[in-house]
Amino acid sequence: MFDIFGYHFMQNALMAGLLASVACGIIGAYVVSKKIVFISGGIAHASFGGIGLGYFLGISPVLGATGFGLLSAIAMGLTTRKTKLPEDTVIGILWAAGMALGAIFIGLTPGYTTDLFSYLFGNILTVPDSELLLILILDVVILGVVALLYKEFLAVSFDEEYSTVIGMPTEKIYLTMLCLIALTIVVMIRVVGIIMVIALLTIPASLARQFTHNMKKMMALSVLFSIIFTFTGLMLSYWLDLASGATIIITGVVIFALVIAIRKLISSRGLPSKKM
Amino acid sequence: MTKEKEIVKFKGVWAYYNHHPALQDINFSIHEKDFLGIIGPNGGGKTTLLKIILCLLKPRRGTVTVLGKDPCESRSQIGYVPQKSYFDKNFPIDVWQATLMGLYNQTGLFRRYSRGDKKKAEEALERVSMLEYRNRQIGELSGGQQKRVFIARALASDPKLLLLDEPMESVDPKVQGELYSLLKELQQEMAIVLVSHDITAISIYVDEIACLNQTLVYHGTKEISDEVLEDTYQCPIHLIAHGTVPHRVLKEHL
Repeated sequence: MFDIFGYHFMQNALMAGLLASVACGIIGAYVVSKKIVFISGGIAHASFGGIGLGYFLGISPVLGATGFGLLSAIAMGLTTRKTKLPEDTVIGILWAAGMALGAIFIGLTPGYTTDLFSYLFGNILTVPDSELLLILILDVVILGVVALLYKEFLAVSFDEEYSTVIGMPTEKIYLTMLCLIALTIVVMIRVVGIIMVIALLTIPASLARQFTHNMKKMMALSVLFSIIFTFTGLMLSYWLDLASGATIIITGVVIFALVIAIRKLISSRGLPSKKM
Repeated sequence: MTKEKEIVKFKGVWAYYNHHPALQDINFSIHEKDFLGIIGPNGGGKTTLLKIILCLLKPRRGTVTVLGKDPCESRSQIGYVPQKSYFDKNFPIDVWQATLMGLYNQTGLFRRYSRGDKKKAEEALERVSMLEYRNRQIGELSGGQQKRVFIARALASDPKLLLLDEPMESVDPKVQGELYSLLKELQQEMAIVLVSHDITAISIYVDEIACLNQTLVYHGTKEISDEVLEDTYQCPIHLIAHGTVPHRVLKEHL
């Protein structure tokens, strides 16, 4: 039954799942705590423009998505801060603009775009070695920046007004955080695809928040939950012959719903809910 | 007795907000160990005044000095306690981490908090009697306790000036009394300025009062007239004292 682990594609899939979980567990903790889920969804969808551009230029679509994702992260961050437009309006516009550009680029590209579907919905079973290396590099970058700016990220997420008052460059820190979200999205494209990225940024972190109010513990738990979802989903999709990305997400949603329901049941019976 | 050191000085300061004058020709000084209450209606320029002291806004005209220097150079010497409402009660942060934030200016970008920083945060929490709550999530505390933690955060950097924005808002009278006696203790070591739109929030512990509505009427004494208040608020004001916080009795202006 565990013979499948002998296959190279399965080893790559597990490795990609593990590396993606590290990034999305850590960054997801900020996304959930700072309540920037919608802006993260916007960055994810806008980076589809980069996938299209990659096809059009004949370069790696993942590379295109990296550039496009970073660009749209900065564009969203700056437009929401510098103009008086409502934040959700700006996000909605850039979200659709990125996707539209992607569609146009793909339309302009001659020939058949073979694995377009896997960028949108993920296909963890087809991760090539080269992409695994890219994911590893991005993981190192994400971890390095979070380690360097841990106290700044925490301060800006918790109380941006106070952070500005005490002289922190809050806007630059916020933009850096959005760029890390963009990189995390790139890391996860193969695992769950652009459309469903937002689920892995929110479900593990939000579940982790149920058990702790300490940011570092929340990150660690969130990584752990993400690994559990990815591995369980991957196995289920293999055995049941279902789409891997979607199965990973549904696994997460079901576990999340169960945990919330059980905790609700326990607390309504008057038992104290213990927190770390 | 030697003259007390000047902590803040405004000289002929004008500031504008969306082309409307927010502050007109403001002149006043705050000295060492002063306890000043600035009251005035919403939109009267209180926030603008605070922003100028905190180096978030430059005045259009006039000069402002904080500890004899430009406000931006003295920023690390000011402790700031913001209005209550701006944070998420569910945010995953405990009292300890929230207090450490106040040391950012000492620690600096990219750096980790040092052992000395942690000692200062510990002392600050001790002073506001909140050290035993250091591992509690911030939203689990009562309003008064949260206020204490934010005062500790401001105290962690050993400020010479403590600025409090609407500190008594949505805090019940009993807790207000406790907070005032805490501030009174702190006054031994620093100047304190509190800003409020609520005249009943200024207790007898406040030594001096200034009324701010674009222009500033400064009362170096412990009294304030109805007339000045009416001028400031532009509507009749009745002074009501209630709860356990002792309020000053205001005399007629001659």
